[in-house]
Amino acid sequence: MSVLTPKTRAEIERQRDRYPHARSAVLPSLWAVQHQLGYLSPEGMKEVAELLRLTPSEVEAVASFYSMYFDRPGGRHHVLVCVNVSCALRGAEEIVSHLESRLGCPSGGTTADGAFTWEHTVECLGACGGAPAMQVDHHFQENLTPERVDAILDGVRGAPAAEGPAGRPHRSSGSAAQRAS
Amino acid sequence: MAEYKLLTKDFGMDGIQTLAVYERIGGYEGLRKALRSMTPDELVAEVKTSGIRGRGGAGFPTGMKWSFLPKDVHPRYLCVNADESEPGCFKDRALIDENPHQLIEGTLIAAYAIQAPIAFIYIRGEYHDQRLLLERCVEEARAAGYVGRDILGSDFSCDIIVHGGAGAYICGEETALIDSLEGFRGQPRLKPPFPAVKGLYGKPTVVNNVETLSNLPHIVLRGGAWFASVGAEKSTGTRLFCCSGHINRPGTYEMQLGTPIRELLEDECRGIWKGRSLKAFQPGGGSMQVLLPEHLDLPLEMDAVQRAGSALGAGAMVFMDETTCMVDVSMRLVDFYQHESCGKCAPCREGTYFESELMHRLEAGALTPAELSTLTDICDNMNGKCFCPLGDTATWFVMSAYQAFRGEFEEHCGAGGCPVKRRHAAMAVA
Repeated sequence: MSVLTPKTRAEIERQRDRYPHARSAVLPSLWAVQHQLGYLSPEGMKEVAELLRLTPSEVEAVASFYSMYFDRPGGRHHVLVCVNVSCALRGAEEIVSHLESRLGCPSGGTTADGAFTWEHTVECLGACGGAPAMQVDHHFQENLTPERVDAILDGVRGAPAAEGPAGRPHRSSGSAAQRAS
Repeated sequence: MAEYKLLTKDFGMDGIQTLAVYERIGGYEGLRKALRSMTPDELVAEVKTSGIRGRGGAGFPTGMKWSFLPKDVHPRYLCVNADESEPGCFKDRALIDENPHQLIEGTLIAAYAIQAPIAFIYIRGEYHDQRLLLERCVEEARAAGYVGRDILGSDFSCDIIVHGGAGAYICGEETALIDSLEGFRGQPRLKPPFPAVKGLYGKPTVVNNVETLSNLPHIVLRGGAWFASVGAEKSTGTRLFCCSGHINRPGTYEMQLGTPIRELLEDECRGIWKGRSLKAFQPGGGSMQVLLPEHLDLPLEMDAVQRAGSALGAGAMVFMDETTCMVDVSMRLVDFYQHESCGKCAPCREGTYFESELMHRLEAGALTPAELSTLTDICDNMNGKCFCPLGDTATWFVMSAYQAFRGEFEEHCGAGGCPVKRRHAAMAVA
């Protein structure tokens, strides 16, 4: 029985047909699975393998290499905080300790109510001009203070689970106006 | 000398992300000119005349890179490197956010020059909104006849595929990018063969950076000779410098190459914050060696910065004030490389692990002087001995900081904590 919805399977087939070689569609297909299930389950990866005519182990070997794919279910929303140099110089550690106490779990953990999974990362997010910065459900949030973090989390908590790219309107981040403010 | 706005001229303009506005300000005229009045060979020659060097970090002349493609071997592919992940670097994101069609036009011009039927834009996974924006812009350009079959009535056809990564710094290395695009783990390949000969799907391939390509519409419209008159003799044109850290006005500033670093810091970044003084800075992102206040009069010019023992790299300037602990900064950068090492070769896989473990204990004040002395040995066993530059560069900042701030490193030994942070905390209380 398929764990993927017809919509996800159709997206994987669309991706497969975009490239000169079907295998190139592995990463976009895994994204489609993660956006539906919230993580990459073995069953989901097996279906990707079938659709792309690969073995499940080939797909799993690719998935395990990339840090943005999740191998287990998490909260409804994902918070990723940068602690690389540019953010650290402008207070990333304060943001990290604030999140830890506010969400009541260490980096990598999920809140008791299942609303948030959060983690800090040394992988620079490319938001150094707005440091300290984080991403919530793929969207940049910059020039953070503990108060701003609270406002962002309050705004997101009540919102529905993070959707995939198909359902999300584009919102250009890091615009000149935002930087100037 | 203030900012020199070529690529960033239209940043902030209302609706610049739409085709209509981009066309109204002369967008896609460069592509039209190239297709109507230049042969691919003439275009390659024009780009050679411009003297433009790649903006991704290595600074290789773009026209020369294109001319390495073997004659008459087809298909060829163009890969646009938008996997920007260098610590401190955020210019490609700005170029996509603030003028996406400029990049798409540049991509099509490059594809025409090398006669590529498909261009792949490989964008890092974290730039999710930017990927969606590019996808929307490519569809807009396709509907208007700029992408697809017989572009603008010419016999040149080119498709653009926007491909999202999934969190791997190493995929910014061109052969790892190609492996990732083919649907594998993103690990670098042995060179030679270089991508120009055997790249994506085993075919001749050019990999160019976002900023490099964003320059092309301007080079085509205003001419290679004009472009060569901007900037410095061997570093022509402008560059976007991503400025961050302890400065009053962080952001991306476009400067003519050759401008003194001091002007960038004082005029654009408005100096070091909180009335403090500069302790050190990194001129080219996380991979590059530390420079000191005495280097502020160096010109923003690739060769001059290299002679001073560092590099402009990807154009990321990270400024650190007098309260910064250089051990802490080194530790974070070493952690980054340890996290991003792809695991293919032992010196990098093991070396970054040893480095990271050592730097954490040093920052915690728990290392002995004898243990600290092994840092040089670890780095010696990595630098120049790794499969790709990631492992080499994992040693550059920490070794340069160890050299320039040896006292500070030694002071951490057995200190039971970070002495620099302790000192500044005490000063703040007093």
